[in-house]
Amino acid sequence: MSEIAQKVKSIIIDKLGVEESEVTPEASFTNDLGADSLDTVELIMEFEKEFNISIPDDQAENISTVGQAISYLEENVKS
Amino acid sequence: MTLRRVVVTGLGALTPVGNTAQDFWAGLTKGVSGAARITRFDPEKFRTQFACEIKDYNPEAYFERKEARKMDPFTQYAMVVADEAIKDSQLDLDSIDLNRAGVIWGSGIGGLMTFQEEVKSYANNDNTPRFNPFFIPKMIADISAGYISIKYGFHGPNFVTVSACASATNALIDALNYIRLGHMDVAISGGSEAAVTEAGIGGFNAMKALSERNDSPETASRPFDKDREGFVLGEGAGALILEEYEHAKARGAKIYAEIIGGGMSADAHHITAPHPEGLGATNVMINALADAKISPEDVDYINVHGTSTPLGDISETLAIKKVFGEHAYNLNISSTKSMTGHLLGAAGAIEAVASILAIKNGIIPPTINHFTDDDNLDNKLNFTFNKAQERDVNVALSNTFGFGGHNTSIIFRKIQE
Repeated sequence: MSEIAQKVKSIIIDKLGVEESEVTPEASFTNDLGADSLDTVELIMEFEKEFNISIPDDQAENISTVGQAISYLEENVKS
Repeated sequence: MTLRRVVVTGLGALTPVGNTAQDFWAGLTKGVSGAARITRFDPEKFRTQFACEIKDYNPEAYFERKEARKMDPFTQYAMVVADEAIKDSQLDLDSIDLNRAGVIWGSGIGGLMTFQEEVKSYANNDNTPRFNPFFIPKMIADISAGYISIKYGFHGPNFVTVSACASATNALIDALNYIRLGHMDVAISGGSEAAVTEAGIGGFNAMKALSERNDSPETASRPFDKDREGFVLGEGAGALILEEYEHAKARGAKIYAEIIGGGMSADAHHITAPHPEGLGATNVMINALADAKISPEDVDYINVHGTSTPLGDISETLAIKKVFGEHAYNLNISSTKSMTGHLLGAAGAIEAVASILAIKNGIIPPTINHFTDDDNLDNKLNFTFNKAQERDVNVALSNTFGFGGHNTSIIFRKIQE
């Protein structure tokens, strides 16, 4: 697993209070991991802070699963 | 119109001298001080370096971590005491009409810690706005009532009263009135506050409202003592289950006491200083006695506002003498703030619990830390100094007054068939 994927997972575990085994690439924040709309906004903000980037709202709307978050960040975070 | 009777059927408390209603009462009757050096932050640079903090409080004992993270401490405290009170009342939530069950809570400030931390992080972040989406719902004072209603499914009246240090008593009076008038049958009421933060201590210090007796925190809150020099900030919460009398009787509930009336008034004088002759304090007790339809001679115990400030203690004493005349000398008067510190918007809630337990147990909790009489006070009054006193209490009155000139007074009586 990439370093980005590892960090994304640990943010999700921390913020949503879920078990590591639940945080699969297909898992949806709202349908599978119990997030509400505010939790989702907070997750995006945490990703922005952790990776020091800004995720525009129209792109944030397309990030609703663990896998989508990881691939967006892997593409957009400068290593 | 005939008003319905309202009784108290459950209690909860989380205070600097005990983390349950029972432990709170044990602390009060022993005369324990809850004051100590502040542990929440490094107070070294503050003029006041002590407070009455909750002890041994671990949020994870009550909440899942994810849940706790979204609640300011003042809401956590509210949830803890509401739960204790509901369990104590043995209300069966499956059999009561939840549309006629409400939550009327009090908080003077709300989520001060949340506000402080979010603004600090904004200012430290080159002013780029990155506010947490939970900032507002964590901070707003009314969220406490919202959370409680969500937990128990109470669909009736739901709001929070804000009148500084009178907030919880305003909440109790509102709950009393809504039940008396027939708008609901059951209420969780009370108040919570969590202002022991840099902003809270610094703000009250700037007003010179707090005691600065850093070398002896446990004797700093000394209401009615000659050398009192300000209040001691406290934190915590108290909850009461209010229930319509027939509703409580029908389910065989244990009844602690009846709430027979409440009074409200305003000083209309100054934003923070009490009226020098205790005008508002006099009126509020007169209003409460009239609402309860009793005479001054019926009252046995007054749990006073008594914050240990130079002016406030004098004006409240003057008011008691005006309202009660010669009977003032027969009363037991005590300030439990000598032990708990001042819980601001939650003060009225824990002092209601103390007043009710005084009725139930026949014991007056003391005003501790009395060393020297103040010649500006009438020392023939019985302030219950330093040691609890046994007394059969039929009627207890509790005063709370808030910055802004808000005054509230509520009266409890031993249950009569």
